Parts: sequence; C-alpha cells; structure tokens
Amino acid sequence: MSQSKGAVVNHVHRDDLGAKLGMWVFLFTEVLLFGGMFLVYAVYRFQFPDLFKLAALELNTGLGTFNTIVLLTSSLTMVLAIVAIQKNKKNLSLFYLAATIGFALVFMVVKYFEWSAKFSHGIYPGSEELLNRQNGEILFFGLYFVMTGLHAFHVIIGVIIIAFLMVFVYKNKIVHDNYVKLENGGLYWHLVDLIWIFLFPLFYLIH
Amino acid sequence: MADGNVNVAAKSFYEEGTTKKSTGITSWLFSTDHKRIGLMYLVTITAFFFVGALFGVLMRLELMAPGETIMGAQEYNTLFTLHGVIMIFLFIIPGIPAIFGNFFLPLQLGAKDVAFPRLNLLSYWIYLIGSVLVILSLFMQGGPIDTGWTFYVPYSVRTTTSVSLPLFAAFVLGFSSILTGLNFIVTIHRMRAPGMNFFRMPLFVWSTYATAWIQVIATPVVGITILLVIIERSFGVGIFDPALGGDPILFQHLFWIYSHPAVYIMILPAMGVVSEIIPTFSRRTIFGYTPIAMSSLAIAFVGYLVWAHHMFTSGMSDTSRVIFSLLTYIVALPSGVKVFNWVATMYKGSIDPKPPFLWVMSFVFLFSIGGLTGLVLGSITADIHVHDTYFVVSHFHYVMFGGTGTIVFAAMYYWFPKMFGKMYNIKWANINALFYIIAFNVLYFPKFIMGYQGMPRRYYDYLPEFADLQMLSTIGSWIMFATLVSIFLNLFLAIKKGKKAHNNPWGGVTLEWQTSSPPPLLNFDREITVNHEPYDFSQLKELDYESK
Repeated sequence: MSQSKGAVVNHVHRDDLGAKLGMWVFLFTEVLLFGGMFLVYAVYRFQFPDLFKLAALELNTGLGTFNTIVLLTSSLTMVLAIVAIQKNKKNLSLFYLAATIGFALVFMVVKYFEWSAKFSHGIYPGSEELLNRQNGEILFFGLYFVMTGLHAFHVIIGVIIIAFLMVFVYKNKIVHDNYVKLENGGLYWHLVDLIWIFLFPLFYLIH
Repeated sequence: MADGNVNVAAKSFYEEGTTKKSTGITSWLFSTDHKRIGLMYLVTITAFFFVGALFGVLMRLELMAPGETIMGAQEYNTLFTLHGVIMIFLFIIPGIPAIFGNFFLPLQLGAKDVAFPRLNLLSYWIYLIGSVLVILSLFMQGGPIDTGWTFYVPYSVRTTTSVSLPLFAAFVLGFSSILTGLNFIVTIHRMRAPGMNFFRMPLFVWSTYATAWIQVIATPVVGITILLVIIERSFGVGIFDPALGGDPILFQHLFWIYSHPAVYIMILPAMGVVSEIIPTFSRRTIFGYTPIAMSSLAIAFVGYLVWAHHMFTSGMSDTSRVIFSLLTYIVALPSGVKVFNWVATMYKGSIDPKPPFLWVMSFVFLFSIGGLTGLVLGSITADIHVHDTYFVVSHFHYVMFGGTGTIVFAAMYYWFPKMFGKMYNIKWANINALFYIIAFNVLYFPKFIMGYQGMPRRYYDYLPEFADLQMLSTIGSWIMFATLVSIFLNLFLAIKKGKKAHNNPWGGVTLEWQTSSPPPLLNFDREITVNHEPYDFSQLKELDYESK
C-alpha cells in the first residue's frame, strides 16, 4: 500500500453549463432566504397598514433613490466587465470591475449615513424612543434594519467576490474563452441588485 | 473487459488520493474525492449518533422510576434538547445523502466524481464547523440550550441558557446541507454516463434528486427563521415578541415550512435505498419504476404543503386545519405507491434473505407502524387528544429511527463490501437484525400506550400509573444500545480483519457493482456506457458476481 508514491491525479473537469446551473440553484436559495423575510413583511404590513405608512414617511426617499441608481449602474458596469473579457480586453474588464466595487462602496457609505441618521434620532432596535411608539412602527423599523442589514451584508460579500474576480482576471485565470467564474460573480451581483429593487419600494415608496 | 469484469490490479481509492500524499490524516481532510468525503461523513456522523444515543439512554434512565432518579428537570430539558439537535441536525438529515449519497451517487451514475468536488469538501468542512459549534455551546455561559430542538419562541428568546450559538450552528449546518443538495442536483443533470438518461437512473439517484431539491428549497427558510431568533435575542427587534406586536405563531409557521419538508429529506433517501435493495435480493426488476421515481417527486412537492399539521392546537382557523389535514392524508398516497411497488417486486421473486434484505423488512414493519399512527395524528380530532404526548414521540421515532435509522443500517450492510472491500460476519448481522426489531418495539411501543393514556412529552417525572411501561421502555433502551454497539463491533472488526469481499457479493446490477471493491480513484477503469434499464437482471449472466 505504502509503495504508491502518492500520484497526484487531477482530472480536470470543465463544465460551464454545470457551473452556471449550480449558481442559479444557489441564487434560488438566496431568493428563498429573502423570501422568508418578505413573507414576514407581508404579514405585518397586512396587520398594521396605517402604522407602516406612517413609519415609512420617516425614511429618506431621496437617498434611497440615489442608492437605487448607484446599484443599478453597478450592475451595468458588471455586465460591461464580462463583455470586455469576452472581447479579450483585460484592462478594460479590470476597470469595470473596479468601478463596480466603487459603486458598491458608494452604496454602503450612503447606507451608513442613512442608518446613523436614524440612530441619532434614537431609532434602532430596542431603543427607548422606538419602544415608546406603536407596535406597527416598531415592527416596520425592526424589519427595515434587519432586511436592509442583511442586504448590506450581501453587498459586502459581493465586494469581496468581485475583488477575487479582479485577482483572477489580473492573473489570467479568467480569460476570453474561460470566464464562467466572472459570469457567476455577475449573476450574484445582479441578485443583490434585484433584491434591492424589491426592498426599495417596500420601505421607501409605498406610502 | 466487455463482460463487465474489472482489472484487479487497479489501485483503490485508499491507495491513491487527490492530495499529494495518499495516506495520513491530511490526505483525508483535504481530499476532494467523493468516496473519501463520504467516509469522513460516515466517521463523524457515527460518532454523533452514538453521543445522541447515549443521551437517549440517559433520559430513559431518568424515567426508569417516578420522581428524580439520576438528574433534575433542568438537566433533563438540556438532554432532550441535545438529543434532538444532535440526532436531527447531525445524524438523520445528513445521514444517508452525505454518507451514501456522496459515495454512491457518482458511482451509480457512472461518473468520476460529483460536479463540484471542492464544494463537496467545503460542505464537509462546514458540517464539521457546525458540529463543533454545537459542542462548544454546551460550555457557554448560561449552560446548555434547553428549548427543545424546535426552538419555539417566546421561550427560546427569553431563556438565559446559551441559545444563540446552537442556533447559529444549525444555520451553519443548513448551509452544508444546501451545498450538498446543490452539488447533487448539478451532478445528476450534468455528470450522467453516456446512455444513462433520467429513466435509466437507479431509484436511489431519483430519491436523492428529490431530496436535493427539498434541501435547496426548504433550508433557506429555516435559515432566515433561525437568524431572526438570534437577532431577536441580541437586539430585541420584536418580530416574534407579542409585546412589540410580533407573532410567536409566525415562528411556528416559518419553522415548520422547513422542518416538515425536512422529514422528507430524512426519509426519501431511505426509500431510495429500499428500492435498491429489494430488486437485488429478489433478483427481479423493480415493479413500477416510473411510479416510484415520480412518487419521490410527489412526496417532495406535497410535503411542502402540510407543515401546519404540527400546529393543530395553536389556534389556527378551522378552515386551514381542515385543509392541512386533508393535504396530510394526500402525502400518504405516494408513500403507499412505493410500498405496494416494493411488495409487488418481491412477488414471485427469488428472495435471498441476506442481512440488507432483513433490515429492509424491519424497515417496512416499523415504518408501517409509524406511517399508520401518522394518519391518527393527521386527523384533527385525534390529534387534539394525543398532541404533545408520548404518542407523537413514539410515532416520530418509528418513522425516523425505525424508518431512516433502520435504512442507514441496511445501506451500511448493503454497500459495506463495496466501501471497504471487506465482508462482515453475516450470521452476526442477522442476529443483530432480530435483536434490533425486538429492542425497538420494547423501547418505543409502550410510548404509544402511555401517550394515548395522556403521558405528556418532555417531562422528567410522571404519575405512578405509568411506572411499569416506563420501566419496560427503559429496558428496551438497554437492549437497543447493546445492539447498536454489537452492530458497530461487527462492522469495525470486519474492516480490521474481515475476509476480502467479492466485487459483487449480492449480484447487484447497478453500476457500483461493476467496478472493483473498493473502487479506484476515478471509480471505473473503463469508460462507462449504459444501454440497460437499471434493474435488468438479464445482465447478470454477463456480469461477474458471487453466487450463493
């Protein structure tokens, strides 16, 4: 048994369609993860329609709209990065990926200011100010922090993923005829975008 | 090689790995070979199974006599919680898919590995991290969790014991489950050998496929529910707190939306194993291949729509109770389809009662009792009477332990020669099967009676009139534990110094029997093409197998 000198066997198996199928299934689980939250939101919105409206008026629709535009644009740059690699333009692809990260960071900074504005008004889970309000408002802000917080967490994960993708592009691991990793990263980023597209009207627009 | 014989000189996967060194602990912990990963799951899951079983024995010891016997109420609460968490999240959910799915899914498909071998290893690591977190939580401030494995709010939010860490562990374990399911789905879609279309796949593959979809679809929902409880404990958001407008019943809904389909994650792969073993030992093609395959999908689908039958006493409207009761009955239909087809397969077959077959028969017996008492629980009026009593506990153990647990052993006895290349003591295995079914019924049947008489679950003390039956059940737990140790010893000794097993000891015709035991690293030493349906025993003439 020990005579075998440990031959390293790497059976290289490449299946782009399989990789993408896997990614879609994973995105499906993400949708269901947020789906649970949307369900909770729907139940409580149904229970406290008026108080949800009242609480929603306190959110800054301007900042929310700005962030929506930022995130949508970042999805565009992500697609452009894939197109660039397809056309074998490595540096252009790197530029677009960097831009995507840039937009993501802008989104997070705006989020930071939004949240800290709420904190400075004494609105955060378990705060005295919030607990003195009516139940529907407490739940609205509870859901607001949990859902946008979970989304923000996904944005951070997305930034890390895109950073790795940049390294792969830089090291020529992602090239014009093998870019399924980049496509999958893009799919993930679009999902993060898509979830925001639902969060935005639910919290900021429905008055 | 055309006759299906394999080259005996080929190195097995034990001698050749995917890492630089082919032996030693790192060659296992960093191996991306699906067979090694399956075996790592086997070792880890077996260890946790024995821990969980030990907790069960300790609980039975406490219940041996009325009053405080060996522990107080708080310790008992902790024990039944840990018994549940370990058995559910660490043993029975990953059990068959992670051990036998990993090892045999690619083999049965004629593939070299799963679609994402590195992801597969990651799933194992995540499982390991999750299980370490469960153990760590025992030593956290506040003491071990005492909420029961269902983590119902508001108690799970209010108790001072360490709840957040085991909850997070369950979340992490869910991640492992999702990734395994994802891997299997892609493997089944993309890695089938040439000629193996969907309706030439063995039924174990079909049931694993249905299971994988449930893992992918249901687990995220419990993931977010668990996260919400952790957030609730840490920040007091109010989503489940009635004082802040939240609704504890909503937690029950969200929890069971996952946890009911999860019982099908537990049982479907077991049903797949049964559909493998019965044709092999009856020497007859499976009766009703397509209905069995489709019934797996039907169970997976309808299983989604029955969750609220866990909540008949929670104050739902009558309309929803009637609907959920009706849907619960409908799930029994595809299960019945399977049982009838299994029996029809055996009819006029040439039955060879080797240990795997005997264990499958134990399964049919125990699972039928579990299934029929499930109908009692599914009807609303009867459920009100026995809700939260030993009747439920007993039903659950007949279905899960008598069903899935028994099949874990059956699968072990069936595939053991393939996994280790060794044969265990067959007579010993048969005796174990006999003791198992006796111990099982002595241990759990009294609980049906006690439950019907009103003994509530999760109590460390009871009224004197239950003393005899409780004692009987405790004696059963001792026989059971001794049997489990005996099963383990038989298999362990076989690995150490068992006789070398034939490549095809049972005369099976699915692809895993057409390679050496244990298989080589890339599973087959030839390219596989499939031109038979999976249980075509006319192939046996051409295949090499060990005759009686």
